[in-house]
Amino acid sequence: MTETSTTRELVPARPTWHVVFVRPETMTTLLIVIGLVGASILSPFFLDVNYIMRSFTLSAEMSIVALVLTMVVISGEIDLSPAANMALSACVFAWVQEAGLPLPLAVVVGLVAGLAMGALNAFMSIRMQLPSIIVTIGTLIFYRGLAQIIAGDRSIRVPESFIGINNVLILGVPLPIIIFFVAALFLGLVLGTTVIGRQIYQIGTNQAAALHAGIETKRIKVGLFLLLGVVSAAAGIMAASRLGSVRYDLVLGGELQMVLMAMLGGTYIFGGRGTILGTCLAAWLLVIVSTGMTVANLLPAIQLTVLGILLIVAIIATNFIYARTQR
Amino acid sequence: MNVLGSIFFRRESGILVMIILFCLAVGLYKPQFLTLSSLRIILLLTPLIMIGAMAQMLVLVARHVDLSIGSMLGFSAMVVGLMYREFPEIWWMVGFPVAILTGATLGLFNGLLVTIFKLPSIIVTLGTLSLYRGLTFIISDARQINRSVIPTELKVMSRTSPVFDIPWIILIAFGIAVMAYFVARHTQFGRQIYALGSNPKAAPLRGIDVTKVTLVVFALAGALSGLAGILYASRWGFVNPSNTGAGFEFQVIAAVVIGGVSINGGVGTVMGTVLGVLLLGCVSAALPLLGIPGSTQNAIFGAVILVALLIDRTVRHRGVASVSGGAA
Amino acid sequence: MIADVPMLIEARGISKQFGGVEVLSDVDLDLHVGEIHALLGENGAGKSTFAKILAGVHRPTRGTLSMNGDPVDVPSPIAAQKLGIALIHQEPVSFPDLSVAENIVMGRQGGGLLTRVPWTEIIADARRYMDMLGVSIDVNRPMRGLSIANQQMVEIARSLASNSRLIIMDEPTAPLTPREVETLFSIARRLREEGRTIVFISHRLEEVRMLCDRLTIFRDGAHIATHAIENISDEEIIRLMIGRTLKKYRRKHTAVIGEKTLEVSNLSLLGAFEDISFSVRRGEIIGLAGLVGAGRTDVARAIFGVAPATSGSIRVGGIEARINRPTDAIELGIAFVPEDRAGDGIFATLSVEHNLTAAIPHKIAPNGVIRRELERGFSNKSVGDLSIRLASLGQPIVELSGGNQQKTILARWLLTEPEILILDEPTRGIDIGVKAEFYDMIGGLAKAGRAILLISSELPELLSLCDQILVMSEGRLTAKIQREDATQENIMLAAVPRKGLAA
Repeated sequence: MTETSTTRELVPARPTWHVVFVRPETMTTLLIVIGLVGASILSPFFLDVNYIMRSFTLSAEMSIVALVLTMVVISGEIDLSPAANMALSACVFAWVQEAGLPLPLAVVVGLVAGLAMGALNAFMSIRMQLPSIIVTIGTLIFYRGLAQIIAGDRSIRVPESFIGINNVLILGVPLPIIIFFVAALFLGLVLGTTVIGRQIYQIGTNQAAALHAGIETKRIKVGLFLLLGVVSAAAGIMAASRLGSVRYDLVLGGELQMVLMAMLGGTYIFGGRGTILGTCLAAWLLVIVSTGMTVANLLPAIQLTVLGILLIVAIIATNFIYARTQR
Repeated sequence: MNVLGSIFFRRESGILVMIILFCLAVGLYKPQFLTLSSLRIILLLTPLIMIGAMAQMLVLVARHVDLSIGSMLGFSAMVVGLMYREFPEIWWMVGFPVAILTGATLGLFNGLLVTIFKLPSIIVTLGTLSLYRGLTFIISDARQINRSVIPTELKVMSRTSPVFDIPWIILIAFGIAVMAYFVARHTQFGRQIYALGSNPKAAPLRGIDVTKVTLVVFALAGALSGLAGILYASRWGFVNPSNTGAGFEFQVIAAVVIGGVSINGGVGTVMGTVLGVLLLGCVSAALPLLGIPGSTQNAIFGAVILVALLIDRTVRHRGVASVSGGAA
Repeated sequence: MIADVPMLIEARGISKQFGGVEVLSDVDLDLHVGEIHALLGENGAGKSTFAKILAGVHRPTRGTLSMNGDPVDVPSPIAAQKLGIALIHQEPVSFPDLSVAENIVMGRQGGGLLTRVPWTEIIADARRYMDMLGVSIDVNRPMRGLSIANQQMVEIARSLASNSRLIIMDEPTAPLTPREVETLFSIARRLREEGRTIVFISHRLEEVRMLCDRLTIFRDGAHIATHAIENISDEEIIRLMIGRTLKKYRRKHTAVIGEKTLEVSNLSLLGAFEDISFSVRRGEIIGLAGLVGAGRTDVARAIFGVAPATSGSIRVGGIEARINRPTDAIELGIAFVPEDRAGDGIFATLSVEHNLTAAIPHKIAPNGVIRRELERGFSNKSVGDLSIRLASLGQPIVELSGGNQQKTILARWLLTEPEILILDEPTRGIDIGVKAEFYDMIGGLAKAGRAILLISSELPELLSLCDQILVMSEGRLTAKIQREDATQENIMLAAVPRKGLAA
């Protein structure tokens, strides 16, 4: 079937303003502005920068993981296990440390645990070519279960010296936020300016074409799963420091929030599109929305409902925008 | 069934063998596992999962996923619970149609989002998972429905029975399984679900109304979740906004994956799913007997899912992961 | 033509345009009730498109159809089915996880969703059709895993079951054994006796002669001739199929032929091709001709490492090469422009620039970080060298016309500075004007010393560009024809399967 046209030789390019502004990140930014305005109407506390920052530290760890998750989704896969990974790595870390291992070594053990979890996801999804959606649902249950075995019903305490990462302020900004921004900057640069980043988009857009172009699709995907594993572990350990103790149900249900951040940021679930900037904005949007709701004394119940509605609205909007920009 | 029909049954026999081997192994160590009362315990663990598994099976066969069945269960249970509390005079059986219709409405909403907006079911149901759970909290004012509110007749369904000392609740669950078998195998609708999941592109070419079938599948999944909701109230005697149905979808997915249902659609049998549920029931029942703490259950379930997937891959050599990781 | 033979289908002025290119022009065709009618023509001549219009897969841009004297519209495949028209595809459409019996019956049962499925009836009917066809497939087994031949049998059973008046078979005999072909033919004849009409699209002249009553030849989207089978010879048929093209491209460049760079020896891949041996020298353009399904793309994919061969060897520059993945091939200086542009070539939503530089990451990013100015430099040069028409380098490649998309892919590979260039149907779906540009480019590439393997279904293209033409048929090399000896006729004769029918 032929598909060329003499009449269609030259489709005019979209005007620059269209390219820059008609995209999911704009939607997210708009929502942030609306959220800020709405929330400040609800409560004057809200416009206190410190207050907002302190709120963000509560979900900083998940936000960092969401950044890497974004990359995984752009490459055409999905991983629902990072929250369970965080919990298990944190439990492993706390447990070996409690058993006597010196702190730095315990951290390493925790990170290695996360790496192993990422490796299992990679093995089953890429090497065994199973759908990553069902694999990571399986590993999510498995890792959470292992955390339950290790920690049981109790909280494992973490040594005093390790606690309080969120209290460390650099130029008045809590450390977790700094780490988030550094991570966002780094990953954003990788995704936006390096070859690997470019290739991640290409793999997600058309894996067959990527293969034909000589791109190492399998290696890159495995690398992403491993990275997500390690970063989840690091995030879990950060959470341990913030909370002072670890339980098996750390960030239970957190996968929802991470996926929400990615989707709100304009990541396309089928791969090939999405940005770190978008997810970054979405993370802040979520903080503003959650904090605003808390300040308005909305019950956690309603907050949950709102999150669900947000996710649905976000994908409808993202799909709509992508349909408009692709003729 | 003729000789070659056994191709369809190979997996089911495999699961059955595993169940037998497992029970024998446990029985060797703790003989009381192989008693009738033990069987009763096993069966009592399963009815809700059984019903949920039937729902999820149909959705998966149609090449979709429904992660919200636990929340639909919770919401329906709560609606029924509230009804009993506000209208204590009402005939207890009214709860059933109320629960089922509530669930069906929620399921229909899922289906509409998937068909009208062409959104991937995985993300839609991840969203409605929270939405419905949140709504459950809202309508209940975050308070639980206590034992005293649930009608005695309902609670008693989990204990008394008309025949062989098998509680009503188990009979209902197996009855649903039988109906699911009938629908899947002997109705036009069932065959169209399999066709749709097997080759979504060819389905419209063969006269299948994709929108209608998809909507009905999701509504059905909701209805079954609603039924499971009222049976939850029956079994446990109370409804709690945060716990009721939480984690349900994961147990259900474990059962369904073991039962041989494929995430790529078009493949899966009721018999396999039932056996999957039974295997998990045996494992859950064996744990306390063997002195293994209940906290290991999730780890074991997760491991079982992964092993089942690996066995599938090495034995069947089918179902190469789609590029989107099966999220489509 | 006997005037009182009842007409099943009368087509008048049927034309079809795809995005501005006319693939069928003003076709008038009559199909009688109770005949077996062959449609012949080269790849892309329009016979398949015409068949698809009859089957409701495409709608004509102009023209009318009437059936049994009444004007008729076929808006969809289901409408066609209801009218009694069945199309049996070359690549059968089915539900792989459902059983054979179900696939035969799917879509034809009436009734609502809750209607009971009459299994015994379905299975009995299915068995009956299978017996009629002489095929011993268990009707209860899933479609998945059935050979293409058996899948086609199921499709044929489907059309029998739906009591079709017109059954169109698109190259049905290619995957069948001689015995299965004979079975198929006897059934076709029986159906004809029952008053049905069979349209038989095929390249196999012996089979057409054995089976068909009349034949129609298509060429370049037009109806060339219709004859009763006894009134026309094989030579005449081929001559009409090929015709004389009005414009003959004159090859501008003559390159100096150097030493061998690519040597393929006894290359085999189970199920795709067998014992393929040839070589390509610097400056040489080797053509690879053959019908669709002959295995040419499989050979290319094996050389490039997308789907490596199971046995045989490849030597590049005289050295034995192990090519297991595309990266290996690229390192050896091989480039491959695939046939399926949309599926294997372009990153549709990404920019033209991103598409251009996809194969040269190390050149635009010496340290891993992409240097925009380097990328822009390469991109601009490519656009200039190949005259790619676009609005901006940043626009998504899918917005470009087919010809310019193809130029982009070619440019992508030229940026890797390959020694060996494999082009798979590079001018398919491209306007005549742009084709000439491509021919100049290909000639220029050869002159610059590259070795080129050109896979093409367009005979004039092969004849004007290539120094030597290899012909493949059903997985084997059937001919190596030098430029001076090559004619459209002898290429075609080597491409057409010569499988004799069993007595």
